[in-house]
Formats: sequence, C-alpha cells, structure tokens
Amino acid sequence: MSGAHILAITSGKGGVGKTMLSANLATALARRGERVLVIDADLGLANLDVVLNLHPRTTLHDVFTGQAPLDQAVIDAPGGFQVMLAGSGLIEYSRLTPQVREQLALLLDTVRPRYDRVLIDTGAGISDIVLYAVSLADEVLVIATPEPTALADAYATIKVLAMQQGRTSTMLVVNQTQRPGEGRHVATQLQAVIQRFVHLADGASITLQALGEIALDTSVRQSVQKRQLLMLAYPGSDAASDIREIARRLAEATAAAAAAGLQSPP
Amino acid sequence: MLQLSSFAREATVITVGGHTLQVGLALQLLERAGQHDWMARLEPGSPAWLQALVDGLCMLSSRDPLTGLFNRRQFEASLDSEIDRVARTGESALLLLLDIDHFKRVNDTYGHAAGDVVIRHIGKALQECVRPMDTVARLGGEEFGAVLPNCPASFGQAVADRVRQAIESTMVTAAPDQQITVTVSVGGAFAPLWVRSSSHLWMERADQQLYRAKAAGRNRICLESQPRSEVSNEEREMLFSAVSAFMPDAMDSSMDPTLDASMDAAP
Repeated sequence: MSGAHILAITSGKGGVGKTMLSANLATALARRGERVLVIDADLGLANLDVVLNLHPRTTLHDVFTGQAPLDQAVIDAPGGFQVMLAGSGLIEYSRLTPQVREQLALLLDTVRPRYDRVLIDTGAGISDIVLYAVSLADEVLVIATPEPTALADAYATIKVLAMQQGRTSTMLVVNQTQRPGEGRHVATQLQAVIQRFVHLADGASITLQALGEIALDTSVRQSVQKRQLLMLAYPGSDAASDIREIARRLAEATAAAAAAGLQSPP
Repeated sequence: MLQLSSFAREATVITVGGHTLQVGLALQLLERAGQHDWMARLEPGSPAWLQALVDGLCMLSSRDPLTGLFNRRQFEASLDSEIDRVARTGESALLLLLDIDHFKRVNDTYGHAAGDVVIRHIGKALQECVRPMDTVARLGGEEFGAVLPNCPASFGQAVADRVRQAIESTMVTAAPDQQITVTVSVGGAFAPLWVRSSSHLWMERADQQLYRAKAAGRNRICLESQPRSEVSNEEREMLFSAVSAFMPDAMDSSMDPTLDASMDAAP
C-alpha cells in the first residue's frame, strides 16, 4: 500500500462517542504497530485536545493561516500516536470555504506518505465540511448508539454519503451496547433499511460493514473524568477490549482490501 | 397598602414578603404599552399581580414596538427550538427572510412617518399570509423573518409567493393623499433534517438566498433547493423497530420482525 489508509470517523448525532473512539482506536492501532495520525477535523467544536489532555501551542488553525509549518502542529499523543488538533471554537472553519477545502486536501496529501493510518475525527452532523472531510477519506466509519435519534442520524449520514458521494461501503461501530449481540442486531436492521430505501442510480448496493460494538462501561466515563485514554487507564475493561477487537477487524479489512486491489484513491 | 396612581412613578416600590422591590420603571413601561388593565384589576404585590408583571415584561422584551411582531431576540429563540424539533422529528421547516425593496426611497420621498406605516403594513400582510403556528418577526429596519414549522419543501415556494404577491398588490395609505406600493424580496432555506445545525448558519443560508433575490432584480423569491437528507416515517419506523425489538421483553419474539423476503422488493 502506498501511503496511509485514510479513515474518516463520523456520526450523525453528537455525543455518541466519536472522539472517544478516534483517540482509543488510534491507541489500539498504534499498539498493533501502525504509525497513526489523528486529525481533529471537528473544526467548529473540537474537543480531542480535552480527551487527550493536551494543550498545543500550534494548531491546525495556525497551519491553515500560514502562521506555522505543518510539522509544528503534529504532536505526540499519550497513546503512542500523533495528532493534529483544531484548537477549540474556531467558528470560522465551521463553514466550507474554498480555502478550507484546499487546506484540508493539501494537508492529507502531505501526511499520507508518512503514516500507515490517518484517522479524521469529523464534526457531528451532515454539514458541508463534514461531507467534504469524509470525501477525502478512503473509508468512512459511522459510530452510533442503539438509541433511536442516534440511529436515525447515523442512517441519514449513510444515506447522504451514498446518494451524494456514491459511497457503497460504510463501516459501523455501535457504542454503549447493553447486551452482547445488540450491536450486530442494530447493524442488521440498519442494513435492511438501507437495502430497502437507498437505491443508487447505477443499481449498486450499499454494504454496511459492522466492525463491532463497544459495551456500555463506566470505565469510559471514568477515563474521561481522569482525562486519560481508556486504553491506558483501563486496558482490562470491557470497552477497551471491544476497541482492540475493532482495531483488529479494521486492520484485517484494510489488508483484505489492499490484497484485492480494491483500494481506490478518493 | 400601596396605592397605584393612574401614572406609575419611577420611584414606585412595593413590599413583598418583607422585601422592597423597585417596580416603578417596569410599571411605567407596561403602562405605556397599554397594559393598565391588569394593573388596575389585580392587587399590587399579590402573586397574580407579580406573575402579570413578569408576563408583561416578557411580552415587552420579545416584541417589536412598531409592528407588534416578535423581535429578533424572540425570533432567534424560535429558530433554536425549531432546529431541535427538526432534528428530532425530521419534519421539514422553512425559514423566510423578507426585505422591503428600495425602502430608503419610501423614507426619502414620503418621510419616516410614512415609512413606519409601510413597515406596519408589511408586518400585518406577512402575518396574514402564514399560519397561526408560524413565527413572524421584524428583525430590524425593513427586514422581516418567518419560521414555518412542518412546511414541506413543495409548499415553500407557494407560501413565499403568496406573501410577495399580497404585498405587491396592496396600496398602503400612509396619509389621505399618499398611496404607496412597495415590493419585497424573499430568501428562504430549509432546516437540515435530522441534523442539529445552528440558528446562525440557518439564518446565513436564508440570507444568501435573499441576497440572490436582490441581485436578480428584487420583487422575487429565492429558496434554497430541497433539504438533502430525507428520512421518511416509514424508514424511521423500520429503524426504530431495531431498538424496540432488542428490549428484554421483546427478545423471545422474533429477533428481526421486519426482515422478510418482501424487503428486497423496490418500493
């Protein structure tokens, strides 16, 4: 594979664990030996810095405005990966201007050769900027909880990505499941609704790739309160082992796609 | 017991539960807004009187004095709650922004008093063209806004056109010998469905359409095209059955009650 596999992590609804997954999945992938970069593209309402307890002097904002070279904004995160943080409250980036568009694309071109995996933590919702960030990625992962509003938002995201970007494959992680198998059940149902209601002009079918579920686990909240990564603070927790399993399946999927030569540039 | 004169003085105080409250200014404001009725009817300082005072002040702070419509503050609050509702229900909601064309000419030609009459007239016409459930506001100057909850995309153009035509076809009598006709430009945008957006961005999108309408020659309507993520009730119900089917008491019945062969058939 030439350069990093770029994975956008998104969610229709906010507050379903998108940033938690980005940071801890990056840790799990780094443990597997991958060189991982997480880009905080939740430009309007970033909080990866809070999750990682980092206080960067240089952020994406400085890079985008030409005030700092890109390398200065790349920071070592506690989990053995690197991050580029947006800096909080950069409302001017909540809209997709041609400048933001160009800067994001340029950024990914620059970092792609240096890593095995780039995770883009997008904003919640289906704004122009989220759709654009996702369009730059090789693969998209949607995270949802088994709760009606989160599920409907996740469905809307998958549908819009299919209709607008022709994405025929989306990865799914179900967070905060209360019983084993709940995630698989939700994925099956989502897939059924997609099959029934989402039809692409060329007749291509849309597949939902269930990467796994993360059990509802108090250690997730505790790690956030301690401002530590779950994978480091509670490596033995159910949620941490679920995330390791998701990392394993993700790595397998990427390897399989590469082997089949299916990997297409964006 | 405090005696309220027909004119509340600025220094008027009342005593409630041993505390002295300065209510003079509030009473003056309410009296000027024509709220003497309850002031005379209710016993000063009683719970009902205090509630009426709070209600009256809320009314004053949410209204535009010239037109009696909601003001920008209340309008933005309505937008916020509408965004929440749209995100939950997936119903389509339309935001319209109206601006009177060449309003400066009205003021310059007929004077500001005539301008005020025109503004009041437009406010009334706008209010009459929409449903009672819709929120209509004067946002400032010659700009008005309307939020239309549960407004299907196919309906938006018709509503906006009704407003535009109603205004275009009416003579405003500013004075016995002053007949004025004005036109409006209208910009509109739908709230994105199932997505928690911000009122600020929603306003901005409608404003861009208003700008387009102005640039294209005024007295016209520009609506942003259809909201792009439609999730029908049918889709929603099928989705939600996934959650309810996994509740403990439903576990014994079918795991996937909606998964059947008919599913693959095109609707």
